[in-house]
Amino acid sequence: MIASATLFGLCGAALIGLGLYGFVVQAHLLRRLIAFNIIGSGIFLLFGASGARDQLASTDPVAQALIITGIVVALAATAFGVGLVLAFAKVTGQTHLPEESDARQRPLKAGLPDRSVQTIVKDPAG
Amino acid sequence: MSGLAATGFDLMLCALILGAALAAIAVRDLFGAVVFFIVYGVFVALAWLRLEAIDVALTEAALGAGLTGVLMIGAVSRLERLTSRDQDQDAAGPQSPPTSSAARIATMVGAAGIGGGLAWGFITLPPSAGLQLAVAENLAASGVENPVTAVLLNFRGWDTLLESIVLLAALIALWSLARDQDWGRRPGLRQHARPGGVMATFGRLLPPFGFLLGVYLVWTGSAQPGGAFQGGTVLAAVWLLVMMAGLKAAPRVSSTRLRWALIAGPLLFIGVGLAGAVAGTFLGLPTAYAKPLILTIEAGLTLSIAATLALLVLGAPMAGDGLGPDQPDKEPAR
Amino acid sequence: MLVDGITCALIGAGLLFFWAGTAGIIRFPDTHSRLHALTKADNVGLGLLIVGLALQAPDWLTLGKLAMVWALTLVAAGTTAQLVARAAITKPAARRGPASTAAIPGDTVRSKDRAS
Repeated sequence: MIASATLFGLCGAALIGLGLYGFVVQAHLLRRLIAFNIIGSGIFLLFGASGARDQLASTDPVAQALIITGIVVALAATAFGVGLVLAFAKVTGQTHLPEESDARQRPLKAGLPDRSVQTIVKDPAG
Repeated sequence: MSGLAATGFDLMLCALILGAALAAIAVRDLFGAVVFFIVYGVFVALAWLRLEAIDVALTEAALGAGLTGVLMIGAVSRLERLTSRDQDQDAAGPQSPPTSSAARIATMVGAAGIGGGLAWGFITLPPSAGLQLAVAENLAASGVENPVTAVLLNFRGWDTLLESIVLLAALIALWSLARDQDWGRRPGLRQHARPGGVMATFGRLLPPFGFLLGVYLVWTGSAQPGGAFQGGTVLAAVWLLVMMAGLKAAPRVSSTRLRWALIAGPLLFIGVGLAGAVAGTFLGLPTAYAKPLILTIEAGLTLSIAATLALLVLGAPMAGDGLGPDQPDKEPAR
Repeated sequence: MLVDGITCALIGAGLLFFWAGTAGIIRFPDTHSRLHALTKADNVGLGLLIVGLALQAPDWLTLGKLAMVWALTLVAAGTTAQLVARAAITKPAARRGPASTAAIPGDTVRSKDRAS
């Protein structure tokens, strides 16, 4: 038999690897946010499990408090990220960053959401 | 649970967590990926239960799976409206990333290397008692019986104070994404719940229970698992439900009452901290008054956390998207 | 000992219902029959689990909490089933592919097409 802490710590390490892979390979911005969250919870698991390896009692309360703080901050960061993705999609009609575009990527969608967006898009070009 | 059965359960849970994470990353349909991500959050909460970190399990289930799930589902539905249909289809597929297969393999190797390195570091970590004993020894002086609450609001009060300010900063950053002409609108998802429909009934039925549960979680947090973050999240969910059911409109971002609710917790926290500074140390709580002080701070924090989290999920006020039920479906004239 | 046996039997039966519901959601052809399988089987499955666990409850408080979990889940499951079913009728093309059953907050989030 293996201690729970060891198993979930290893699981956390695997999640970090998995999340990193998804974060690099997926171009869709919302998918990147999901991968970012998977990396985050992997780090929390790894961290919490290293605070639970001695069978004294339960997981180290200081680690628990830090993880709770981390989960809340991760949600705040994700909410801001979603806001950025939506604002980006509203301006460009895209869900990828321009440098991620390949040949298959379609140009800006024909009917832009409203007039002010067109001015925003045009402005940099002059 | 006895040894072998427990290990078997843990192994199965690890497999489910990794499988759900893989699906959340790789599944073709974007909405499906979000659903798998929510499922993943619930599994991770179970893992925290197995590690006997019940406070973390509650937080992960409520925030990591619950609120993040609402946020993501809302984002998918808004993205569908903001981008053209065919482009969305293109974007949803795994073939859309421009990475070549060589780059993919290199990424895979790199990610596996990092994961493997972390695993190796974890295995070879020298055993240490951590801070459990230090917390246990000083628990009596903290005023509460739940060691996690003692750390959050007494021993490491600084962290929690700054965290509540980080939440506020995130909300300000999110709101700053709104365009000038949208400022002062109501944030949030469009609601079309039918007035007498199932959703409206649900929105009337559940809030009393949810409110009770939220307050209970805060109250019981001083002795048992629970606390301001878990309780505040439940209250945020209740508020979101009421708004989704079309019973109450989201507040305007310029509302003064809303602003007070947002800063009540941090202000109260700083106030108690300053009072402590007068008596000796900033944020130092005298043992005799520690429990009532902690409960006061938690009450304020719960209000602010609930309001901030709900507004973070609703997003920036946006024309044609963030319309409350009482607003006309058109842009204001410029 | 006897109580433990009954608990095991009840939980086993509950798991069987969950298994049937899961099989239904994977195998059934359209949203409504899937919903039927999911809600019917899962509600009964959860009920059996709760009754099985209630036999192990140390006090009335735990019993009350278990009963509340069951009641709230029934209400939530019933509501979401209604919403998904309505969304499937009013906009069958709103979602492509088999993910359509999962459009849980459909009535509020996705109902932009319906005339208000």
